[in-house]
Amino acid sequence: MLQGPVVIAVSFCYLALLFAVAYWGDKRADAGRSVIANPTIYALSMAVYCTTWTYYGSVGRAAVSGVGFLPIYLGPTLVMALGGFLILKMIRTAKANRITSIADFIASRYGKSQLLGGLVTVIAVIGIVPYIALQLKAVAGSYNLIVGYPALIAPGESHQPVLADTTFYIALILAAFTILFGTRHLDATERHEGMVAAVALESVVKLVAFGAVGLFVTYGLYNGVGDIFQRALAEPQLARLTAVAADNRSYATWFSLTLLAGLAILFLPRQFQVTVVENVSEAHLKRAIWLFPLYLFLINLFVLPVALGGLMRFAGQGIDADTFVLTLPMSAQQELLALLVFVGGLSAATGMVIVETIALSTMVCNDLVMPLLLRTRALALHAERDLSGLLLGIRRGAIVVILLLGYLYFRLAGDAYALVGIGLISFSAVAQFAPAMIGGMYWRGGTRDGALAGLSAGFAVWGYTLLLPSFAKSGWLAASFITDGPFGIELLKPHQLFGLTGLDDISHCLFWSFAANIGCYVVVSLLRPPTAAEASQATQFVDALKTTRPVGSALWRGSADAGELVALVGRFLGPQRAEAAFAAYAHRRGVASVAQLEADADLVHHAESLLTGAIGSASARAMVASVAKEEPLSLAEVMNILDEASQLRTYSRELERKSRELEAATSELKAANERLLELDRLKDDFMASVSHELRTPLTSIRAFSEILRDDPRTELAERERFLGIIVSETERLTRLVNQILDMAKIESGNVDWRIEEVDLKSVIEQSAEATGQLFLDKGVRLTLDLAPTVPAVRADRDRLMQVVINLLSNAVKFAPARAGLVRIRLAHDADGVGVRVEDNGPGIRREDQEVIFERFRQGGDSLTGKPTGTGLGLPISRKIVEYFGGRLWVESEPGRGAAFVFVLPAA
Amino acid sequence: MTKKILIADDEQNIVISVEFLMKREGYAVSVAADGDEALARIREEKPDLVLLDVMMPKKNGFEVCQEVRADAALADVRILMLTARGRDTEVAKGLAIGADAYMTKPFSTRELVEKVRELLG
Repeated sequence: MLQGPVVIAVSFCYLALLFAVAYWGDKRADAGRSVIANPTIYALSMAVYCTTWTYYGSVGRAAVSGVGFLPIYLGPTLVMALGGFLILKMIRTAKANRITSIADFIASRYGKSQLLGGLVTVIAVIGIVPYIALQLKAVAGSYNLIVGYPALIAPGESHQPVLADTTFYIALILAAFTILFGTRHLDATERHEGMVAAVALESVVKLVAFGAVGLFVTYGLYNGVGDIFQRALAEPQLARLTAVAADNRSYATWFSLTLLAGLAILFLPRQFQVTVVENVSEAHLKRAIWLFPLYLFLINLFVLPVALGGLMRFAGQGIDADTFVLTLPMSAQQELLALLVFVGGLSAATGMVIVETIALSTMVCNDLVMPLLLRTRALALHAERDLSGLLLGIRRGAIVVILLLGYLYFRLAGDAYALVGIGLISFSAVAQFAPAMIGGMYWRGGTRDGALAGLSAGFAVWGYTLLLPSFAKSGWLAASFITDGPFGIELLKPHQLFGLTGLDDISHCLFWSFAANIGCYVVVSLLRPPTAAEASQATQFVDALKTTRPVGSALWRGSADAGELVALVGRFLGPQRAEAAFAAYAHRRGVASVAQLEADADLVHHAESLLTGAIGSASARAMVASVAKEEPLSLAEVMNILDEASQLRTYSRELERKSRELEAATSELKAANERLLELDRLKDDFMASVSHELRTPLTSIRAFSEILRDDPRTELAERERFLGIIVSETERLTRLVNQILDMAKIESGNVDWRIEEVDLKSVIEQSAEATGQLFLDKGVRLTLDLAPTVPAVRADRDRLMQVVINLLSNAVKFAPARAGLVRIRLAHDADGVGVRVEDNGPGIRREDQEVIFERFRQGGDSLTGKPTGTGLGLPISRKIVEYFGGRLWVESEPGRGAAFVFVLPAA
Repeated sequence: MTKKILIADDEQNIVISVEFLMKREGYAVSVAADGDEALARIREEKPDLVLLDVMMPKKNGFEVCQEVRADAALADVRILMLTARGRDTEVAKGLAIGADAYMTKPFSTRELVEKVRELLG
């Protein structure tokens, strides 16, 4: 079943399925029900990082260097785990500035420089072309292998004429599919939801296929991982592969590969596309941070077992380790599994090629071709009405050209390197973006000239130390270029530049290219201060995570015509899309129609950002400048505006803080006011109560006085009775006034407390003596039950006596006449010294037991008659006891008497 | 015929003095010491005038006044409120719920007698 037609049919069916998924994804996106608004799909789409290089090449590298394949996955894992903030900043910046590619990102950062965008594009294309060639080579190689079944070695192929070469047709088919996926229509944001959905599916397919092979080899051909390793350890040649070789060169390689891969995950055009441009929500990053590394871990799980298994099974047969994944199932006559593996490889290749070429074609179109066209044929372009068709045409052309360049590289250099070698050449090229990117996001001082110089220098060193040697190895250049240096100059040998030896090719290139790149970037940037345009962009990029509102429109001054702007955008996006975009903008601004829009800085900025999505920031700036007359701002003015913006931010933060403080103060004031009102109300109640308590005895006094005055003939007995009442009410009045004053003194803290050690026993005895007459008068019996010795307490003796007398007179007041019993006890325990006054009166209802300690709230209201007393005795007593650190409370059940208890701490 | 007056107050000495004054004027006097008792006596005896203290146990004077005014059978009962809480709001409140007159304590005995006469006249 592994004949050519079957394999081709299966492949096309698979591609058709992918396309169907992509089509469905786009339809859903148009309907507003995005399928990729999902963190898992986002993380899976990042796995486009795993190409055929991973799929076939990891095993190949493991077969040569053992765990040496790991750094390629270690780097991304570290970057995802530790560099989330960097990715977040890239996403936020790209969104705010409508950036659609890494070239646009760099160009935009350094003052929207067309030159810089173009350079980045050139570097990206040249750097990535070998990588694309690698995919073509892998797909072609696996196809030739599988149709050659049952042979395990494909016939040599590179000498065939182009038109008979499978690889050529694969390149064309991939180009066609990429065009279908990526450039069916033009989108202002350059997002391809369908493509992302398809790529996520491919990630699943390749993981499943690779896992299937791994399981088959590990558990089908051998008896598990342990078995493979045991057998491998028995052979010294293979045992070496299971450990990291412990020489310096190896550590240097590990370090540089980890670094390269870590940078690649950030700056490869396809990674930038899926991670930054296609990002739907910043929140998705959270899951990708662990899910993507987990994916990498899973897909690498069986690399070593498969490599070791292949080496042992095919020992001495000369089978390329890069093909083990496919040849192992083939050698075991597992045709179906082999077909699945082929589809998995196809998945890995198509995913990479589609995303990478779409990203590159956007860059080529926006940052290379459009600027050139706008420059050379500016007039003709202006005359043309709708350019959106032209834009699509350029992108489609770019896709074809890039894939053909990949094919060309494959023809020229493809045979000379293993898969991993080619991939690393591309990684090294892309790493050259790092200084300009990272520097641009964190250093305001970086300038366009610095970025140009750094990129050019790094790229030149890369070309000299990696690209040219790859041509030399393939025989396209003289081999002596590598061995003897150009023109026999030893110092310039590309793999040992300036006599630097002891490093592998990649580490060597990384060292020299970074030295040149970073050095030139920093030094040239420092040569002159940033211009106005650079400074304004620098602020937006460096402060991306701080700013909430882009300052873009604040940095534009000039005059424009709204109609012209709409027409301009229409020429690139198509008139309908442009109309719709401006109508939405007008709606946001609260203007009825596009025609009524004012051509202010905001509108110009909006037009520019719409264009930026379609043709890149640099070209967009140029196009807007062609219709809007901008008055250039000086650096000082830009700095002023930026300063103002940042001051405004500071002010607004300050204002927010102030307003929060005010709110807090207001609520505090409110609470204080309520408290005051409450106090006021309490004071009012108190005054009303005092007034009532004073007026009541006065009423009797006045009434009887007037009666006696008006009627001198009153009987003597009655006269004496009335006078008696007057006297007793006067006494009551005096007591009341005294107690009110006493209470006021205690409450205001004006009491002269004479604190000393007091023996409560003698206090009780004296109080009993003082109240003796009361008990006698009412016929109530008082018993003293006093512990012989109790500790002294620290208190004011007179005040304590006041309390005890008050409690005793209350008791006698409520005890029944003649049958009354009052008992006073003195005891001490761990809590302190306690005094308990019990009576056999009516008791106090539970709900009244606290009330009686309030001022003027007397007990006994429910009984017949009103108790004599002021209603201040208990409140005053409680204040006194509390002043000495004690407590006073009542225990009572109605009908069973009451017990007033106070406890004071022992001295 | 002799007019009947009910004195409702929980201050015994005040009751004694007012009772003395009213009897001297020739009225028939009965006494209640709290709100409930006052209401019961009003219903039972249908006095011509109630001298009603505000601050009483069980039911205060306002409540008693309100219940009397809600009872059509007691429409002829006059009410003179007496209170030691001399605030204007309380005077207004007393009149609003249907008291015929209001006096604050301590009062002039002459004025009290005149007011009673006026209310019964």
